[in-house]
Amino acid sequence: MSTNSSNTANRISTFLLMIILGVLALSIVAIIFGVQAYLIENETVALYLFAIGFLSLGLAVYVLFQTRKRVKKMKIEDPKVMTTVECKKCGTKDIREFERGDFVFKELDKCDKCEENKIITAIYKEVKEKEKPFTI
Amino acid sequence: MWSDVKVAFVAGTDIVSQMIYAASILMFVVFMLYGQRIQMYVMIREVENSLRKLKFIKEEGRKTAIETIKEIGKPETDPSSKVDRFLEYFTIAPQSMDPAGIVYKLDHILDVRDSRLKDEVKLMAPASDEVQVNNLENTLEAAMALNFIYRVVRHFYIQGKKTLSLYIIMQLQMILPLVMKEAEAYSSALKAFAYGQPIGDGVGPLVAGKLMHGFETRRVPKDCVVASVPFEGRTALVVKARGPGGNVGKPGDAIKELIEENKGKIANVIMIDAGLKLEGEIVGEVAEGIGAAIGGPGVDAYKIEEALVKYKIPVNAIIVREDIGDAVSPMRKEIADAADSVIERLKSVVQERTKEGDKIIIVGVGNTIGVGQ
Repeated sequence: MSTNSSNTANRISTFLLMIILGVLALSIVAIIFGVQAYLIENETVALYLFAIGFLSLGLAVYVLFQTRKRVKKMKIEDPKVMTTVECKKCGTKDIREFERGDFVFKELDKCDKCEENKIITAIYKEVKEKEKPFTI
Repeated sequence: MWSDVKVAFVAGTDIVSQMIYAASILMFVVFMLYGQRIQMYVMIREVENSLRKLKFIKEEGRKTAIETIKEIGKPETDPSSKVDRFLEYFTIAPQSMDPAGIVYKLDHILDVRDSRLKDEVKLMAPASDEVQVNNLENTLEAAMALNFIYRVVRHFYIQGKKTLSLYIIMQLQMILPLVMKEAEAYSSALKAFAYGQPIGDGVGPLVAGKLMHGFETRRVPKDCVVASVPFEGRTALVVKARGPGGNVGKPGDAIKELIEENKGKIANVIMIDAGLKLEGEIVGEVAEGIGAAIGGPGVDAYKIEEALVKYKIPVNAIIVREDIGDAVSPMRKEIADAADSVIERLKSVVQERTKEGDKIIIVGVGNTIGVGQ
């Protein structure tokens, strides 16, 4: 059930796809008519038909790519979470990826340099700000 | 050629300009008569896209919850149907026509809810220990929240479509960015709860944990721990929810008991919590104020204020600014780093507001998932 629903959520709407394909077909027809009009030396009509044809062709392709991009974007990204392990006695600090079972203040095995137990001092994710900060 | 183009726009006699002229008149009429309807269809489309995304997030949440239960709880049967039943749970708030005593009624309802959810989790995941039960409960609650958001948005979407009411659709479309932000926050919370990672809301327990680490702790009601710690020449009773499982405890009951234990001889109560930041403010910024810094339904804040007023104890608050997304997703580095700044601020508050030898209570408020003591 869950897989099916995810697929339903992921797919491009049939209605939208049909509109895009319709516009694509019409734009190609417009370009063909434009060529015909140009060949019989009706330049004004040819100009209009070319303009309409290329504009709608561009628009249809743009909408199609945008929709595909939106579908691709529909996934939940797991942030990379890091664990800081420290030895309080000798000050050795090690940063590694989070492992299930880690928690802050958890005592780990003995330090390589001294006999003290290492301890998890922080678990965090680093976020790179995508948005521009507002300076007003 | 230019004259040909000009002629086309000024409704000339040739067929192309006549067609363009007719089309523009037709468009004017269509927009005049059906403009609002077209606008509504555009809005419905936008809502539909968001609803599709919400459905995806909700299904992912359900999947994560089921997978985590299977992995940790080692159930003998498939937990899917139990999870589906769990996701539909609801809580009825107490009647408020006569508000006297409503806080304790709400407290009771929340206690019943909590124990019921924990029992359900234990049944779903028999192999899990106390910490894992708390984490699984939090995971399922996040999935539950996502399910609820999806159902409410879907309700208004279908209602708007059925009635073709611009105002229903417009209201929904206007609040959707905020709804989506919240849904995305819960979706990242799910993973954090499933893996037992500290979340942004856990900055209060993190500070309390840093203060009490290495000192003897004892349990206080409900699901909280306290340690007596020497701090700047004073005795600090440091309180936090019992970790590292996902748990907020009941700091209201804990503070009340500590104040009563000390017969009200507490010089100051300082509460540390995550505070919602406004747009434009920096994540991890530390701010100071007055009052009971605690969120939730208000039961704990009420109990704390009641105990403080009884003995006229001053209450100070230190918050770490973060938005809703940061509060429920894995703790950001800025927030983890802010814990040390909070301790520095705590030192100055204690030095300024209390005398040497005084007894104070320091409370780290928030979900202690991934933070021990």
